[in-house]
Amino acid sequence: MNPWVYGAVLLLCAAAAVLLVVDLVRDRATQDSHFVALGVIEVALLVQLVWGSVALATTDRDVQGGVLVSYLVSTVLAPVVGAFVALTERSRVGTTILLLAVATVAGLEIRIWDLWHADA
Amino acid sequence: MPERVEELSSGWGRALVFAYGVFAVAATGRSLVQLGVDAGRAPLAYSLSLLAAVIYLIATTSLLLGGRTGWRLAAVAVGVELLGVLAVGALSYAATDLFPDRTVWSHFGQGYGFLPLVLPFAGLAWLRHTRPTAPAATGKADLP
Repeated sequence: MNPWVYGAVLLLCAAAAVLLVVDLVRDRATQDSHFVALGVIEVALLVQLVWGSVALATTDRDVQGGVLVSYLVSTVLAPVVGAFVALTERSRVGTTILLLAVATVAGLEIRIWDLWHADA
Repeated sequence: MPERVEELSSGWGRALVFAYGVFAVAATGRSLVQLGVDAGRAPLAYSLSLLAAVIYLIATTSLLLGGRTGWRLAAVAVGVELLGVLAVGALSYAATDLFPDRTVWSHFGQGYGFLPLVLPFAGLAWLRHTRPTAPAATGKADLP
């Protein structure tokens, strides 16, 4: 797993989380800036999915391939599902849901790192 | 009671549904992998993972279902969840040999940012808030 892609995803998640928490405290509903932040994370996750799949195919490490791929796909899905659910609740609840989605991505990222370095 | 149906899965209930949904998927995935790869290694821990998955699935669907039945089912599921996370959390510290591998509820959900411990309390608070009978005076006043 490329540490730069991994680091970028985590940094983007942290930035989005700060943005969401600030707007949550201000009692703001979900808005464009939130979805842009999530979109940027999504692009990074798609890069990670491709990168991770290629890395998995070319590695000779002892990695649980199926599990890793399911995590990579789950991370891609989490922001999308979160965004759709958040859109149905245009209040600070929606903002909270986006925050939960970002936290889910971050949690999955840590698992992905552990899976990739399981044999180290 | 259409408005009641809406209430259980709308507002903060929607955030709860999302959180329970995430845990339902996470716990199901985990238990399937654990049971599929090496079921014999930690039968108790893996069955508990499966139990947790089922509980989260029931909680998610019953919240979405709404109505009296949904509320009751959700109350049972969240109650069992609370007992489970407290019992497994305590046991995983007290009797380490019982848990050679982790479950969602081990160490009070440490591997999941302690969210498994917070979630049932949030669930109970929400269920209390959306009680179907809703007697006018009692217990409603202290909610924000």
